[in-house]
Amino acid sequence: MATTIHEPPQIEPDRLPDHGHSGNGGWRNLVPADGDLRVTQDYSPPPSSTAIWVVLFAVTMMFAAFTSALFVRKGSSLDWQTFTLPSILYFNTLLLVASSVTLEISRRRVATYMGGLKSQVKSPARWLYITLFLGLLFVAGQYVAWLQLRAEGLYLATNPSSSFFYLLTATHALHVLGGLGGLIYVIRKLSKSALRRNQLVATARYWHFMGILWLYLLLLLWIKL
Amino acid sequence: MHDMSAHAAQHHAPPTSFIRKYVFSLDHKVIGKQYYGLALVAALCGMVLSWMMRIHLGWTNAAIPGLQLLSKTGAPGGVMTPEYYLQLMTMHGTIMVFFVLTTAPFAAFGNFFLPIQVGAEDMPFPRFNMMSFWVTFVAFVVLMSSFVLGDGPTLGGWTQYAPLNAVGSVAGPGQGLGVVLWMISIALFCVGQLLGALNFITTTLDLRVKGMSLMRLPLSAWAWFITSCMGLTAFSVLFPACILVILDHVAGTSFFVASNLVLNDQLQPHSGGSTLLWQHLFWFFGHPEVYIAIVPGIGIVSHILITSMRKPMLSQRVLIYCMGALAVLSYGVYGHHMFVSGMNPFSALAFSFPTLVITIPATIVVLIWVFSLYGANLRINSASLFALGFISMFVSGGVSGFFLAQPSIDIMLHATYFVVGHFHMVMGVAAMFGIFAATYFWAPKMFGRMMNETLGRIHFWLSFVGTYCIFMPFHYLGMAGNIRRYSSFPDDYLQPLIPVHRLITVAALITGAAQLIFVYNLIHSRFWGKPATDNPWEATSLEWSTATPPPWDNFGGKYPVVYHDPYQYGVKSSVGDYVMQASPEQVKTDHDEK
Repeated sequence: MATTIHEPPQIEPDRLPDHGHSGNGGWRNLVPADGDLRVTQDYSPPPSSTAIWVVLFAVTMMFAAFTSALFVRKGSSLDWQTFTLPSILYFNTLLLVASSVTLEISRRRVATYMGGLKSQVKSPARWLYITLFLGLLFVAGQYVAWLQLRAEGLYLATNPSSSFFYLLTATHALHVLGGLGGLIYVIRKLSKSALRRNQLVATARYWHFMGILWLYLLLLLWIKL
Repeated sequence: MHDMSAHAAQHHAPPTSFIRKYVFSLDHKVIGKQYYGLALVAALCGMVLSWMMRIHLGWTNAAIPGLQLLSKTGAPGGVMTPEYYLQLMTMHGTIMVFFVLTTAPFAAFGNFFLPIQVGAEDMPFPRFNMMSFWVTFVAFVVLMSSFVLGDGPTLGGWTQYAPLNAVGSVAGPGQGLGVVLWMISIALFCVGQLLGALNFITTTLDLRVKGMSLMRLPLSAWAWFITSCMGLTAFSVLFPACILVILDHVAGTSFFVASNLVLNDQLQPHSGGSTLLWQHLFWFFGHPEVYIAIVPGIGIVSHILITSMRKPMLSQRVLIYCMGALAVLSYGVYGHHMFVSGMNPFSALAFSFPTLVITIPATIVVLIWVFSLYGANLRINSASLFALGFISMFVSGGVSGFFLAQPSIDIMLHATYFVVGHFHMVMGVAAMFGIFAATYFWAPKMFGRMMNETLGRIHFWLSFVGTYCIFMPFHYLGMAGNIRRYSSFPDDYLQPLIPVHRLITVAALITGAAQLIFVYNLIHSRFWGKPATDNPWEATSLEWSTATPPPWDNFGGKYPVVYHDPYQYGVKSSVGDYVMQASPEQVKTDHDEK
């Protein structure tokens, strides 16, 4: 039969579990001492919060695999040619870090706006647009870096070092584009005043992770390439 | 109560159109059934491939009628070439491991029952869930398309070792386009499974209903949760590995092909790649993958046995810890697939030790089962028979692992039929028995009809005896020196073993035919089986609290409240010898100390 919702039953005090020994066949701590049958807290985190950590973990594992491939490939060959990283990469890094700052600014403004003080915030999406713009500039800058490498004659298959450069930067850029998609989604939701707090939190977490990941990749490329 | 945003996220309106109800459905139950259907088709394909392999091994020069229609070059006049044997073998392994053993126990049953067992309306990201099935479906189609495109499927085994996976068609038929299609298919499969793992993890952590603490989850729910954590870590590593191989094929890179490699008298235009890198990346995924195949079975079998024994296991908590230990340790043992790859012997020791250690949680699990079964009044039905068969297969197949875990013995046994017997029994057959047990157990809830019990028992006994007849002799063959992945054995020392191969082939064909009984039973019962009540097994977990089959939002708009652990059996209650998890009734259990 279908479930029905019941009132919590009254428990006699002498049926409460004794915490001195294992009690209840090992099911200790399932019923806390003060007798409330409901063990779990009533609040559970929004699924998008857990989800974004799951996604970030998967992305981390993928780049860990690429990193170990780089180390093994470099160690196993005599044909590794080091080259200087295109200097525009450093400028792109500043762009990405700046976009994280602007995203944090926009979060506060959006929180104020969605929190009801709409009159205080004229255009809540402005800083989101700035973040989006900086992100697009970053991806464009990465493309310029690739063009610069091609001008030097370094293509994807030229040398293992260039292979890894293109592979890592392109994969990261693809993930940044995904983050840009998330920002566009947030902007659209905001324009309909239908944005939920956890959606913005999840997007922001992803975006900041892309920045941290890029700093790691830059360090890796600078040391290894 | 759920956080309102959590509630809103998974809430979707009931579907109205045919496409939304049965094709692009957001409902986890439909998605689960779709995965099951995919796994069923894949299993039949994989089984037919195994028949063709077995016939060729027993009667090497025999013509298999009709095979030339599948491939003119691979089987001229119906006689299989050695290359085509390897191609069929590769597809058999790939289809079975990915599209049957990962899909059915985890994606099919997990998708259907995990949300219900935690008390949720649906998964938190139904659109990602739908995407995960259809991406997996496309992956299957891409894989199968390699049969008809180019010069056939890849022949490198489901393990696709470098450098032959990266040099192109010079390595043989199917090594050009066939490999690229395989890599694309598996990369898509990884994406599908990652999307699925996302949903499983968030469902278990965030959507549990009131009163459902983690320790009150049924063992099957724990198994699916642990498996999804493993999948998240493992598939995230296989995906980049496949990308690297595709780049080696289409972009001229040399991630995996060493310098100065000469194949078929041609110097390969590659430089300085690391062949062993592929093995590291693949097996880092590959070993957790086999635990992904078996851990859901462990949870499902425990769940079914408890219901059939009418008493809980000796320690549910330890079972959960052991499943977790299997998951964690599985990442530290992958090098045992590489003992003879030429790596440093010290690292062989470093992998051998955790491989032996991982047998400890597996043994504890088996001992808990066996000692819980001791003295139990087990209700015998098809589901509990297959659950017992699972234990038998898991033990029989698992003990050969002790030998393979030691590098010194593995030198003799690596790449022989001993290994093939080991993994078929411990992973292939055991997981299949788990799938069968789950089907017989949960078919009433999924389809609203009971499966035919007589046919189920016939299916069990034929499968149980048949699979032992097929795979036990493999261990003997391996010890006698029979190499695996050879299409025929012209050497003198292997000739005396041909009669054994023929016996195995006959057993395989009979056992395969017995599976058709199951398929008939499934389809017939789906439409004309005896209508099932809501709780035909008198079970306690949340899926039995709801209607049969469950309504689109699982609990009819209401949320159950959980008052107990999931296995209150063997008690005297108002309904019988059990108390359902959602029932507020408090009874005296045997374990009460007061």
